[in-house]
Amino acid sequence: MAKKFDIKRFPGFLAITCLCLFLLYTPLLVVMVYSFNDSNSITNWGGLSLRWYEEVFFGVEAPKFKKAAFNSLTIALCAATTATTIALCAAVAILRAGRFRGQGLSFGLINLPLMVPEIVTAVATLIFFSAIGFKAGYATILIAHIVFCIPFAYLPIAARMQGIEGSYEQAAQDLYATRWEAFRLVLLPLMMPGIISGFLLAFIISLDDFIITNFVKGAGIETLPTAIFGSVKQGIKPNIMAISTLLLLVSASFVTLSWFINRKGGENSS
Amino acid sequence: MSQTPTDIAVDVQNVTKRYGTTAALANLTLQIRDNEFFTLLGPSGCGKTTLLRSIAGFENISEGTISLFGESLAGLPPNKRPINTVFQHYALFPHMSVTDNVLFGLLRQRVPDADARKRVGEVLDMVQLSALAERMPSQLSGGQQQRVALARALAPRPRVLLLDEPLSALDLKLRQEVRIELQQIQYNTGITFIFVTHDQEEAITMSDRIAVISEGELQQVGAPRDIYESPSNRFVADFIGETNLIDVTVNSVNGDTAMCTLADGTAIQCKSAGDATTGAGHLSVRPERLTLTASDTGDLSGTVKRLTYLGTDMRITIELNDGTTLTARMQNTDDTTLPDRGDRVGLQIEPGAARLLTD
Amino acid sequence: MAGVIQAGGQTKSNTYTGFGPLLLLPSWLIIGFFLLLPVGMMLIYSFLTKEFRGGVIWEFSLAAYDQFLFDRGLFGDDPPKIEWTYIGIFWRSIWQAGLATVLCLLIGFPTAWFIATRSGVNKSIWLFLVTIPYWVNLLIRTISMKFLIRDTGPINEWLMAGGVISEPIHMINTAFAVQLGLFYSYLPFMVLPIYASVERYNFALSEAAADLYASRWTTLRHVILPSVKPGIVAGCILVFVPSLGAFLAPDLLGGAKNFMIGSLIEEQFKGNAGNWPFGAAASMILLSLVLIALMFYARSQRQQGHF
Repeated sequence: MAKKFDIKRFPGFLAITCLCLFLLYTPLLVVMVYSFNDSNSITNWGGLSLRWYEEVFFGVEAPKFKKAAFNSLTIALCAATTATTIALCAAVAILRAGRFRGQGLSFGLINLPLMVPEIVTAVATLIFFSAIGFKAGYATILIAHIVFCIPFAYLPIAARMQGIEGSYEQAAQDLYATRWEAFRLVLLPLMMPGIISGFLLAFIISLDDFIITNFVKGAGIETLPTAIFGSVKQGIKPNIMAISTLLLLVSASFVTLSWFINRKGGENSS
Repeated sequence: MSQTPTDIAVDVQNVTKRYGTTAALANLTLQIRDNEFFTLLGPSGCGKTTLLRSIAGFENISEGTISLFGESLAGLPPNKRPINTVFQHYALFPHMSVTDNVLFGLLRQRVPDADARKRVGEVLDMVQLSALAERMPSQLSGGQQQRVALARALAPRPRVLLLDEPLSALDLKLRQEVRIELQQIQYNTGITFIFVTHDQEEAITMSDRIAVISEGELQQVGAPRDIYESPSNRFVADFIGETNLIDVTVNSVNGDTAMCTLADGTAIQCKSAGDATTGAGHLSVRPERLTLTASDTGDLSGTVKRLTYLGTDMRITIELNDGTTLTARMQNTDDTTLPDRGDRVGLQIEPGAARLLTD
Repeated sequence: MAGVIQAGGQTKSNTYTGFGPLLLLPSWLIIGFFLLLPVGMMLIYSFLTKEFRGGVIWEFSLAAYDQFLFDRGLFGDDPPKIEWTYIGIFWRSIWQAGLATVLCLLIGFPTAWFIATRSGVNKSIWLFLVTIPYWVNLLIRTISMKFLIRDTGPINEWLMAGGVISEPIHMINTAFAVQLGLFYSYLPFMVLPIYASVERYNFALSEAAADLYASRWTTLRHVILPSVKPGIVAGCILVFVPSLGAFLAPDLLGGAKNFMIGSLIEEQFKGNAGNWPFGAAASMILLSLVLIALMFYARSQRQQGHF
């Protein structure tokens, strides 16, 4: 039987897609599997065990990693919340306030942290804080994180806002709502999926950051990535693989969460 | 006819709206009476929606004034104007139920909750949607959404209701039903309706009066019959219904009648719009008022080029000797005898049917 | 008309005209004060004199740029001679980032196309699978790669156990490892923008091309690729720019010998051995390269933007 002609089909593309997924997942899956390795050596397989997870939570290095995880989570929470608020304000200004001078420039400014290479941002921030004599620590990390989280929070928020017709707010105003009521009762609820996506994205990006944090953190404070990096410098230990697996699961559950929120939002607005 | 100011619901005086250098509305003046079903009609981009949005308060006009029952609306934001709008794509709040949508305006007006809910019930009754009160907009058909939009705009009892092409998203059958309903609701509530459409049939069948707008300028205001039968210029004649435009030489103008000569020398008497002058001009004749006669009789003669079957009647395209094409319509009855393509026929203009137009 | 299309293709609504622009104030303050100003400061630092314990002395000097470009120095007695070490590192970084971009494109485009042409649930599942690595911590992904390709890592173990090789293949701490790391790090960045572009592609164009006797591959070259070019360019930028300044891949996978710009810059700020003005100068040069790449990007988006 002759193959059905399909304009969208290209021979080999399925194979390449599978290769792509294979390449993306193999290292992650291998590390996941080896994190359950009972052996002391990372090379030899010694049967299934949860001992390295026990090590992560109760071992010698546990206090260090717990402190680092606490720092990472609180910084990510604060940075993502602040960045999401700032990005929401910016999106209203750029997409809902007609035309004004400096609009294009402002759009560029918000996306600037995306355009400057991380290492350059790191250097510039380090130099800045050192020049004004600001002591490196928790605050410097938080500020740096807020800056680079803004464009990541902005992207889903702006995408969502562009999909919401201006006529909803006009209808609200036509029905005697003030501009604040039009925002609070109509635009904000419709924006919710975008806001949550933006927050989650900013949160993950903050949680992930290594380079900038490494530059601005100063001595005496670690986030999870810098602690892991410091540990890996002395060789990969099995407990690192357990931590990696845990972080991987956190990331995966975040994607799933934002996925479902977006789908639900998509159904509501159509 | 003299009118007291309060008879006029919306008074549009010398309104101009410019976007950059292009004028969407050019020095437009018109009065919309209380209780009337008024239609703004024109092709897309003619400025009718701009005028509607200016009345609602979504556009700031560049010059002129708009008053509501004698009071200027200048500087009032949309939420301070006792005017409501039915939006083109309804703009129903997707995260609120039908009831909450209709309740929205009443709550913003600080109507007590019990009264507001009672009124929502009444309005939903009026549009026959009481059964669907708890549905979400996404669970409604297009026609039902349109009714919710209407109910939502009527609930706060506005002085004037604006409707921005509310029927354009509905299919033909439904559109015809809704037309009658809208007229009925307007009659029952006594609210002034300002209706925007580009559909001349919709305008003619629903309105008390129509304003024809083209390129930001007012072309003619009048009852549907006046507009159809006495178009004031060539644009109106062409835009409303179908018409034949015939080049003529105007010999004399006497009040509202004029004497003209057709290209082949036939003299004809016709009605004329006020400002006609002698010289070159156009006659407008509706296709249904041209009758086919035997060859070389009647006012004009030509060759049948095309016959188009339209169900209730037949459209016949005739090319005159000088190359002009005209259209005539004949009712389809049992004893209608149709010419064939290529036949030579004569054309008779019904007495009083020809109207002299300026450009 | 009411909705005005502005650069960037956004439809404008004007509900918050008037005070609305003031809502940009926080963005301007935060990004202006903590990114624009620091970059300006970095520029100034690149023209200062180095202080030996890290940091700077506030004295104007071209020493940083001089060190970058010349061996014997512009201001010595001998004629200046070009120093290739740092230029070489930059050149190799550009080359590796470019190669990573090409590799990502070769794998990324077919993947994006394949996913975008699935229907219904299938599409969601494929897309979901590609998205997860995008969200996973880059450090962890790089460590995973390091673990996988070690001399005693699983790959070598398997190959030796399978009898394919008798000696482990030495991959870690080579230029190959860095290349692999860059490719692996930024592959999802290529797939997602191209996917978004293919999603918007009007398949009737392919049908029209086929109707006009174009083969599949002719259609790909003359119709599809020009149509989805904005997505491809965006993907290339998203891979190229971070690859150019990458630190983790060269540091963890490349070891001491396979320096890239990122590791070079990092070294200048580490402990007492550093040279802040030199690090600032190298960062400025990197930033300029990126800005040039972005200008090409902006130009290609503008050319595409007219329909």
